[in-house]
Amino acid sequence: MAHFDEKAKPFSNQWMNDRLAVDTVKKVLSTEYWIPKNINFLWAMGMILAATFGLLIVSGIFLVMYYQPDTKTAFDSVNYTIMTEVGYGWLWRHIHGVAASVVFLIIYIHMFTGIYYGSYKKGREMIWLTGMLLFVLFSAEAFSGYMLPWGQMSYWAGMVITNLFGGFTKDFLGGIGNIQALVEWIRGDYVPGQAFLSRFFMLHVFLLPLVIMGVIVLHFAALRIPHVNNQDGEEVDFEKSARLYKEGNKKESEVIPFNPVFLSKDIFVMGIYFVLFFYLVFYHFEFAMDPVNFDPADGLKTPAHIYPEWYFLWSYEILRPFPFNVGLVAFGFAQVAFFLLPFLDRSPNVAPANRRGLFGIWFWLMLIDMIVLTIMGKLPPEGVWNVIGFVAALTFIILFILLPFITKTEKKA
Amino acid sequence: MKEFKILAVVAFFTLVTYWGVEPFAHSQMHKHVESNNFSYDGKADIEEASKAIEVAKNITDANKKAKVLDAANKKLADKKAFWAEVSQVSKLKGNAAAGEASFAACMACHNGSGANMGGVIPPKLDNAGSLYDKNYLIALIKDPAMASNVDHKYDNTMMHPMGTVKTMITAPQQIADVVEFIKTKKVVKLTPQVAFEDACGRCHANRYGNLTQLGTTPKFKTEQEALTHRVKVLDEQDKIKAYMGKLPPDLSIIDRARSANFMETFIQDPQSQLPGTSMPRVGLSKDGYAMVQAYLEKTGDPSKEARHALGPWVIVFFIIFTMLAYLWKKSQWKDLH
Amino acid sequence: MSSRRDFMGMALGGFAALGGIAALYAAKKTWDPLPSVKAGGFTTIDLSVAKENELVIEKWRGKPIFILKKSASMPKDNREIVIGGNRYLVAIGLCTHLGCIPAYLPNDLMFKCACHGGEFDSNGKQTFGPPPRPLDIPPFKINGTSLVLGETGPEYEKMLANKLTQSV
Repeated sequence: MAHFDEKAKPFSNQWMNDRLAVDTVKKVLSTEYWIPKNINFLWAMGMILAATFGLLIVSGIFLVMYYQPDTKTAFDSVNYTIMTEVGYGWLWRHIHGVAASVVFLIIYIHMFTGIYYGSYKKGREMIWLTGMLLFVLFSAEAFSGYMLPWGQMSYWAGMVITNLFGGFTKDFLGGIGNIQALVEWIRGDYVPGQAFLSRFFMLHVFLLPLVIMGVIVLHFAALRIPHVNNQDGEEVDFEKSARLYKEGNKKESEVIPFNPVFLSKDIFVMGIYFVLFFYLVFYHFEFAMDPVNFDPADGLKTPAHIYPEWYFLWSYEILRPFPFNVGLVAFGFAQVAFFLLPFLDRSPNVAPANRRGLFGIWFWLMLIDMIVLTIMGKLPPEGVWNVIGFVAALTFIILFILLPFITKTEKKA
Repeated sequence: MKEFKILAVVAFFTLVTYWGVEPFAHSQMHKHVESNNFSYDGKADIEEASKAIEVAKNITDANKKAKVLDAANKKLADKKAFWAEVSQVSKLKGNAAAGEASFAACMACHNGSGANMGGVIPPKLDNAGSLYDKNYLIALIKDPAMASNVDHKYDNTMMHPMGTVKTMITAPQQIADVVEFIKTKKVVKLTPQVAFEDACGRCHANRYGNLTQLGTTPKFKTEQEALTHRVKVLDEQDKIKAYMGKLPPDLSIIDRARSANFMETFIQDPQSQLPGTSMPRVGLSKDGYAMVQAYLEKTGDPSKEARHALGPWVIVFFIIFTMLAYLWKKSQWKDLH
Repeated sequence: MSSRRDFMGMALGGFAALGGIAALYAAKKTWDPLPSVKAGGFTTIDLSVAKENELVIEKWRGKPIFILKKSASMPKDNREIVIGGNRYLVAIGLCTHLGCIPAYLPNDLMFKCACHGGEFDSNGKQTFGPPPRPLDIPPFKINGTSLVLGETGPEYEKMLANKLTQSV
């Protein structure tokens, strides 16, 4: 039986401590959660992602109040009801659309920051794996959300992407995974229709956000023991530094508390981000809202060009230049490859890529290759674009195959 | 300073990616068509006919090649002759009073009765002088199918729903007079909605503007009345469908679905963007198109005004927020290094 | 004592897992296409009532289906379906260019698309204009004198294998 201070006034500090241990929680989660001092603004991307996810949730709540998941009314409920009738409906929609696109830009920056500084190694593997899981969940969330306005691109992207689940054709190892019924099971119909729209609506507004929130908590928890990395990959003695900091030797200490010191920098970076973000929301939202999707879905009319949103283009382009079966294998490889990064990187060093010899070259090649893949993924698959796309896709695969060998040669620094 | 270097690297790769997937990719996917600045001189039509000859030259089957090439050569000659004649007529000085007498012939069909004739309701001409270009009107009276660049749909352009005008108003001076009458007497102060209804609305609905091919849908007291009206609309749409091949799309939100360049060049010559399309050239003057465009923007992007009113406030808010955050950060970090 | 506790724990766990699997089965069934959707996915067409050179338009999975019984004088083709000595063109009635529905001109023995001027002959092969390939043939199975659209029969598989049509 715990001891309660009988004299404590209700909701006073003591009273709350007896019941919820608020002071301890505050210490553990914020004022004595130690972050290395040696960081740059790229370390703020996590908080920016959390803030953007918050924007998506808030704007999504208002959109869902008027959105109608019905193939007959979905398009007009978004483009007419929300855009003209609902007070500030257009604002929520633009925030939602722009944030859905920008969140992936930040995710990619966050990922490449992790790769550059080696933040997936030596005890930080679970951070990387939960992060990759979040990437996959966000992809599913983005895809399911893209179905909802039920425009031409919603419909045909839904058609093309679910077709991938049709699996390999019959000439692949005697038809392993050749299950047409799986596509129909996912769609609940032979073509995307009412069943398809309502189940993706359910996934988008309930199941996936719920799972995402759970995994975000796990992602944060995974940071706890190995601690945040720093820009030189140094091993910081957190206990010693924390003691120094608390004693007032802030200059000698290598760490800062999450709240308020680290947070103050995060919020400053977030401020700059929000200026850019709202510039996009008000003046430059077209990039996040494809013109083709302003034509209502029509199963009888294929658009001249079908392409996914920009953040899926690199993996789409790994699928596209190959024959169907080979493309699926390559596509599957691309999805798994990044998950395996902590185990493919055999070097004992945690350091910025530029100080890691061959790995530095690998990093920049990979970044450029993914940008090339992204651009080629959007261009029509013709002539020279096809060739460049094919080379870039091969480069991607080769780079991942080479990674263990490159990193193995690295000497311990 | 190191942070600025990192920021520059991040910004560089972000902008390259953006450039690649947006401006560059779109420039590769959509052909760019030059606007002819709303002057109707047949330049595009003649170019298209010349191109058709090039295509015909590539046919491998010799028999077919000769036939197609022959037809293509004849078409080019026809187009050149037609637009040369239009240019001749346009130089004549028209007499509005004389034109009024000939104009009576137009009223047989263009009388505002709202009856479908040959697939579509003939437009009222009360606003025609403000909406349409002079050269286009001359061309239209000379040969409607050629003027609207849909002659490929007819073996004989007399088959066009308005084809008979070719036998009614024939002399160059007579044409010049009628056009002069329209351009001086059928002039009004246009509103965007009227411009849309006259120029586009007989084929294209605009449901966000509450317009069908039969105009504004009134409020009905009973379900029966509403259904009766609905059936009327469906009947009209069936006739248009038979005439055009399919029901022309609703234009509620076309402003968001197509680029400004597409809209502007498509309206001047639909064939330039959709070769073979059954959509006729409408012949809007620059001012006429501006009005139509204003209406399409109103139904397609209704939040534009609110957006531009609110945008600066939100951005200024976050600039001040950022400045305060910077000062807070500075105070927190001052004794750390 | 402890092994008995382990056993009881495992027995409970196993039993619970059994219930979980049963629930998963229910969940899987919930995602299945509904019977009404499935029924709409297969269309049986009686070909014996078709008249020569007269286009019949049926519907299958929301798409128009062209059925044309060929007269003896019309050219033979490897894409036609032969039932009881009669030859039929069965195809999805959507122009392979941009999906408009072409009209049949019985006097000229051809299809013409009003949207962009594409033309197809009575075998559904493109003869003029922008269409990139012949009219697609829906999956079919011959069943006596009728045709089941949506099921895949050997004749259709052969056409697919010979790349005479693409799967839809």
